[in-house]
Amino acid sequence: MGIFDFLRQRQPNSASVAKERLRIIVAQERSARGGPDYLPMLRREILEVIRKYVHVDPDAVQINVDKDGGHDVLELTVSLPDDDASA
Amino acid sequence: MAEKIVVTSGKGGVGKTTTSASLACGLARQGKKVAVIDFDVGLRNLDLIMGCERRVVYDFVNVINGECTLKQALIRDKRFENLHVLAASQTRDKDALTLEGVQKVLDELDADGFDFIVCDSPAGIEKGAYLAMYFADQAVVVVNPEVSSVRDSDRILGLLSSKTKRAESGERVKEHLLLTRYSPARVATGDMLSIADVQEILGLEVLGVIPEAQEVLQSSNAGVPVILDEQSAAGQAYGDAVARLLGEERPMRFTQVEKKGLLSKLFGS
Repeated sequence: MGIFDFLRQRQPNSASVAKERLRIIVAQERSARGGPDYLPMLRREILEVIRKYVHVDPDAVQINVDKDGGHDVLELTVSLPDDDASA
Repeated sequence: MAEKIVVTSGKGGVGKTTTSASLACGLARQGKKVAVIDFDVGLRNLDLIMGCERRVVYDFVNVINGECTLKQALIRDKRFENLHVLAASQTRDKDALTLEGVQKVLDELDADGFDFIVCDSPAGIEKGAYLAMYFADQAVVVVNPEVSSVRDSDRILGLLSSKTKRAESGERVKEHLLLTRYSPARVATGDMLSIADVQEILGLEVLGVIPEAQEVLQSSNAGVPVILDEQSAAGQAYGDAVARLLGEERPMRFTQVEKKGLLSKLFGS
């Protein structure tokens, strides 16, 4: 840090922006990993069906596959909008 | 049994071949019998970094196809007689490498009493990268402190835990991160991901941190792996990484900004 550094306008810290973006994308990609290849397609089609009835965000449908003992459990979470009247 | 170490990254240009060459030289310098294999079929480059490009007669694919013996294809390093290089083929046939062929060569190296086999993976996640990692006991994932490299490394870590022989038999490949092209000054100004950031995102400790240094380019220009340049920070950092790989504990060096003189303190950099 030089004494004239205050003259320069500091950009927002780009490394922390990078870290935050990576944290999100890595977590998202890890959750999709290891699941069957059809999961993204399944997610998209389920979303389309739901959208016929309720207007939900593209990322409102979360699909997870968990191992539970000897079998896989497909877990589906759909967050509906707060306003019921919109349904 | 030879310990098989794959050097991989997903992303290209992060320093896989530089790292493979330096790890192999470093292990050989410690007296280990080492083979380093270029898996980048079609884009042979390890020979250049090792400085033996004019001595390549036979390659990996020739051995697999039975066109020569493994002994004929192994190039003995001029600096260490216990270090051998197996060059990649220049063929454009992507299917030249097969799982059975790779296994055959690795088994033969095993039987020849090699201590370490360093597998230099091609970039990407295609067949070459898959074959380079399939038989690995350990993996060195080379990562730059930069978004695309970190993301690709995570992808590779996923493949290491699912698409390897060890993973298929319920074991784990021992994974290491090697952070290259690290610039402590840029980390200090907040413009580069820090060691801690990368470790936190990928959930792995680093095996070593190689600083961005001009000696790396100079070494590849000369065909002398940078680890042999013991004056350079990068060479010493690779030396530390090899020692840690062999179980030694060493503090991280070259990860802090060097102290500046009064003038540069006053006027900034």
